[in-house]
Amino acid sequence: MSDPPIPLLAVQDLSVEFRTRAGVVHALDRVSFDVQRGETVGVVGESGSGKSVTAFALLRILDPSARISEGRAVFGGLDLVTATEHDLGLQRGRELSMIFQNPRTALNPIRPVGRQIADVLLRHGNVARAQVRRRAVELLAQVQIPDPERRYAAYPFQLSGGMCQRVMIALALACSPSLLIADEPTTGLDVTTQAAIMDLIRELAERTNMATLLITHDLALAAEQCDRIVVMHAGHVVEVAPAEALFETPRHPYTAKLVAATPHAAERLADLAAIPGGLPDLRGELPPCRYRFRCERYAPLCDGPLPRVEVLPGHMVACWKPL
Amino acid sequence: MSGSGERSILLDVKALERRFPLGKGWLHAVDDVSLEIGAGECVGLVGESGCGKSTLVKLITRLLDPTAGRIAFDGHDIGGVPAARFARAPERALIQMVFQDPTDSLNPRFTAFDTIADPIRRLGRDRGAGAVSTRVRELAEMVGLPEALLGRFPHQLSGGQKQRVGIARAIALEPKLLVLDEPTSALDVSVQAVILKLLDELRRRLGISYLFVSHDLAVVRLVADRVIVMYLGRVVETGPVERVFANPGHPYTRALLASVPMPERRGERRFRLTGEPRSPIDPSPTVCRFYGRCPDGFERCEREMPVLRSDAAGHAVACHLHG
Amino acid sequence: MTALLRHGRYVLGENPVTGLAFALFVLLVVLAAAGPGLVPYDPLASNTAEALKPPSRAHWFGTDQLGRDLLSRVVVATRLDLTISICAVMIAFAVGSAAGVTGGFYGGWTDRLIGRVLDTIMAFPLFVLAMGIVAALGNTVANIVYATAIINVPFYARLARSEVMVRREAGFIEAARLAGNRGPRILAMHLFPNCLPPMMVQISLNLGWAILNAAGLSFIGLGVRPPTPEWGIMVAEGAAFIVSGEWWIGLFPGAALMLAVFCFNLLGDGLRDLIDPRRRT
Repeated sequence: MSDPPIPLLAVQDLSVEFRTRAGVVHALDRVSFDVQRGETVGVVGESGSGKSVTAFALLRILDPSARISEGRAVFGGLDLVTATEHDLGLQRGRELSMIFQNPRTALNPIRPVGRQIADVLLRHGNVARAQVRRRAVELLAQVQIPDPERRYAAYPFQLSGGMCQRVMIALALACSPSLLIADEPTTGLDVTTQAAIMDLIRELAERTNMATLLITHDLALAAEQCDRIVVMHAGHVVEVAPAEALFETPRHPYTAKLVAATPHAAERLADLAAIPGGLPDLRGELPPCRYRFRCERYAPLCDGPLPRVEVLPGHMVACWKPL
Repeated sequence: MSGSGERSILLDVKALERRFPLGKGWLHAVDDVSLEIGAGECVGLVGESGCGKSTLVKLITRLLDPTAGRIAFDGHDIGGVPAARFARAPERALIQMVFQDPTDSLNPRFTAFDTIADPIRRLGRDRGAGAVSTRVRELAEMVGLPEALLGRFPHQLSGGQKQRVGIARAIALEPKLLVLDEPTSALDVSVQAVILKLLDELRRRLGISYLFVSHDLAVVRLVADRVIVMYLGRVVETGPVERVFANPGHPYTRALLASVPMPERRGERRFRLTGEPRSPIDPSPTVCRFYGRCPDGFERCEREMPVLRSDAAGHAVACHLHG
Repeated sequence: MTALLRHGRYVLGENPVTGLAFALFVLLVVLAAAGPGLVPYDPLASNTAEALKPPSRAHWFGTDQLGRDLLSRVVVATRLDLTISICAVMIAFAVGSAAGVTGGFYGGWTDRLIGRVLDTIMAFPLFVLAMGIVAALGNTVANIVYATAIINVPFYARLARSEVMVRREAGFIEAARLAGNRGPRILAMHLFPNCLPPMMVQISLNLGWAILNAAGLSFIGLGVRPPTPEWGIMVAEGAAFIVSGEWWIGLFPGAALMLAVFCFNLLGDGLRDLIDPRRRT
């Protein structure tokens, strides 16, 4: 049997806490997952699940009040958690890239979009100054912005939301990174624009064998676009599985509820399930399983340390009583 | 119309138009829109940004005046009453709205109690302090809002709780028509199910008609009896929701449905829209608004605006090819 | 009401600086109200035998050129200075915010007209305006209050206007319309209270500035006339004596001025926290 391939990104026991006036918030607790070269992994969860915090932690762009208290994130041999700013700066934008939610506010409002792409190329791309504008226009064309020559000089406010997002993709992909982190890239966009953006990302990823980490609250979207899905709840990873398996046969009670709450999966309104309870308060003492108080399958053995059970090859559940 | 032919028409909109002056031209936000909503039915309104649904909503709730066309409510012409004077019209209490963003739609300085009490104090039958208090408590119970939360301010409430306050406020005056503008878009999936079921229950119990505006087609499928599809200010398709979604006639409806993320469609080549939308400024009255993006356009689409043609089951499409 | 008091205690406790500013404010108010009854000497009584005496046990702040006790004069002046500045600021706030919310809400010609009036006011330097009013209407304290008020109107108007314009299209305003509220009521009950928090800071800063204005005008001889005790005049009188070494005549009223302005500036943030419900936990 051959050795399993070394993952492009291996996150192990990543834990993040925030120091606030009201106490220490344990936002992430021993989050682990990996991303192979060329694959698309979705990170799914509701607001407060910690999915965006994970992304920000990987790039080390967390709020100053945050602290990575534990864990590693090994990317191409470099541990992103302990890397120096210098080493990290070499990766960001070049090998490891990110696109954000709300594209118009993520772009510099007082700089033409073409110049913003040129900035990235100059910093990371080893492109000669004379070639930069041409290359930037090429990138704009690649992300299917019509009339790229003219749009080079456009400001973000002159572009629609969908076009701004395409610009952001161009920025992120300018140096052909091996991993793209996409944090809710289509939230707030029209559904047809969303489909077009996702198609674009997938196409570009296939062309350069780029891996994608897609962070979203939309389970149906993740199930459609991703190869594997990581489900998060209250700072924990509760399940990791291939997309199809996760959607059809979820093994964690929370995932099952999440699937049942997705309008797509319901035949009638009566079938749509709610998830009882609310997110636990992430300050102070927390039980080992943070879903414990919302879970109907709770048993005393659930008070033990959170396990990682491999129910099937490639399908991991963090539960003592998986479905 | 589907169902019994004896259902009474509550809202009757004929050839409604709203234009805005823009520079030297006119922006046609809503153009020749006709629709009917019967007593007790839920009509879904779908369309993407720029389709005119926000303007249509403002026209129907009489926050804005039309530039042409008729709006009749329960037989009375309400389009003729200027928006500025509508606050004192007898129909004001009968047409209410639930907003999308629960944070933006609640006055930060009003407690939940004050927010729900405001319409009662302005237009209620019995405006005495005792009667108001009783009614507010009654409404809170109807929407599942714990009485203890009535004294709280919006920033002390969760998204779901805020939305319940918004719903209680909207039904306080016993309206006959409730416009719901993306009522669950800003909420987590786990809360969405609860709110949607609550809305459905209230509709049946209180006999209210709904105009349910949403970009989420999966939700519309679950809650609506009929659906209206808008594009660039015009209605392009309408009919019973099951029929329209199973057999979309208009190419735009087809594109919309094809864009909805569906896990079963992994890896499939998607039916895509190409090109830029036509300009809504001084659009030609003889060219189909969808021409140019439509995969099926032919020469007739360029010289004659298609009109809605209905079949026996009430499914109407505005298309030369598919109508 | 008790909720407000509880919140007040929380705000004061949270930031010690606010607490300090508030304590100072209370002191000023007490001195303004009860000052004349507390002081050891009659502020107007001159005693040439005791003139130009430095601070001593008998006269804590020393005496001025007419032998009047400086401490008594400084304390009694609190009432006049505070009254002038509070009146001026209240008038400016009332007129300015009314103009601003009206212009911001209704837009169109109303807004443009109000804007032009404000521009005109802003074109006048305070002292020119004050002298003009004095020349036209007479040299009284009331006229100084009006002059200071008029000068400050544009700041409140601008602030109120922009706050209203930001919130005008908000969902809760539409909801208020749906509930049957009409224009003026929406302005007064729904929009304006939300504009208050930023205006609180403005009011406080303005109070400090208004005191300086009043002092400055009295300094050049407008408004308050001797022998009325007022910090500005006293600084003016004291200025002449600094060169000859009688430093206390100008220093103590100047210090009182400084303390008052300092207090109001610090109070601004605290006031805003008190009013803004979002800061309540």
